[in-house]
Amino acid sequence: MDKRADIVVVVNGLARQLNVPVRRNLVDMLRHDLGLTGAHVGCEHGVCGACNVRVDGVVVRGCLMLAVQADGATVDTIEGLTATGEIAALQSAFVERNALQCGYCTPGMLMTGAELLSQQTCPSRAVIRDAISGNYCRCTGYQAIVDAIETTALARKDGIPS
Amino acid sequence: MKAPDFAYCRPASIDAVCALLAEHRDDARILAGGQSLMATLNLRLSAPALLVDINRIDALRGIHLAGDGNYLRIGALARHAEVARSPLVALHAPLITAAMRHVAHPAIRNRGTTCGSLALADPSAEMPACAIALDATLVLQSQSGTRGVPARDFFFGLYETARRDDELLIEVRVPCQPADQRVGFDELSRRHGDFAMVGVAVTARGTPDRMTDLRLVVFGTDTMPIDCRDAAALADRQAWSPALGEAIASAAAASLDPDTNMFGGPAVKRRQAAALIRRVLTATFTSREAWHG
Repeated sequence: MDKRADIVVVVNGLARQLNVPVRRNLVDMLRHDLGLTGAHVGCEHGVCGACNVRVDGVVVRGCLMLAVQADGATVDTIEGLTATGEIAALQSAFVERNALQCGYCTPGMLMTGAELLSQQTCPSRAVIRDAISGNYCRCTGYQAIVDAIETTALARKDGIPS
Repeated sequence: MKAPDFAYCRPASIDAVCALLAEHRDDARILAGGQSLMATLNLRLSAPALLVDINRIDALRGIHLAGDGNYLRIGALARHAEVARSPLVALHAPLITAAMRHVAHPAIRNRGTTCGSLALADPSAEMPACAIALDATLVLQSQSGTRGVPARDFFFGLYETARRDDELLIEVRVPCQPADQRVGFDELSRRHGDFAMVGVAVTARGTPDRMTDLRLVVFGTDTMPIDCRDAAALADRQAWSPALGEAIASAAAASLDPDTNMFGGPAVKRRQAAALIRRVLTATFTSREAWHG
């Protein structure tokens, strides 16, 4: 029951060995230990969604999981999703529809939007709003964010590759 | 803020967890989904000496039909998202499926556990109310053995439950619903996914012309879910009518004892509860779907 732990985590496709304090949360590990500052730290109690990252294929709050719990897991951050091109269409739609203002919530919004679009081909605006209800945008740019996710869904439905 | 200092361990078996709980008692906290625990640590509302992470214990995983098909066993590590999309849950406990869309947000549901929500006993949480309405049994294990506690006896008050310090909630057993059962669920919140100001879970049997076994559980208003038995008894062997719904809603709301908080005082909450109860009962008894059986 040490206060530090050795962990191995596959982050954005790369195996990383780290020794972390057990009280360090996942998003702090990504930012401070690995320099991956795409996932943001907002409220630190699971409300705002700025810290959303993908762990073993599902989106979770980076502030509500300990880094030590990611031992043996696969973690994908916005940097990884960007590098692989997995969410390129969604990112383009965010730019085109002016869905990023200050940009603080954007990585978390993209994570949430990408997971929704992986589960539903063409979600309604109500379903999109429901899905992003766990992500705060302090610029209150929700309308444009819903537009961007909907645009991506409609483009995909029409056969435009995403 | 950041979590305070604590020790962490990740035992490989339920027995190992029970040994740790027996030794550390209230100084230890179980870490499953962590969606409430981690928040309270980050807010420094909680400062346990030891976190016991149960995430690597395979015996706690999964959702299974058990007891010769009589009940569903939802393991301590079943995530809300897993329960929400489970065909077994949709078939045998549709009240839980209906309630799941009100449980927080997708990223929280991906990690948070249904049993964790039961063990925490937040008064505005959906799962304790569902467990009471469905007559679920919570199974607790310690070094002295295993015991089942009916949900109606499990919740005492604000975050207070029948779980002892040395016990781990290993699973919840939900009786498979009878073929003629109907269910209803809804809640009022300021934003979808936020904590409920008031929520209602309903189960009933019979037909709209002759209802039996109405269960009506209201949560979010009081320090624990309230099983409104006297109000529900008004429906016994009665035919559904708006007037009956009104009578049940009024009686149920009168039996609540809400606190004043930022959402309002007792009078406001009783009115909200009555309105929501009417709405849920109407939807449950007048929807176009044919009654089962």
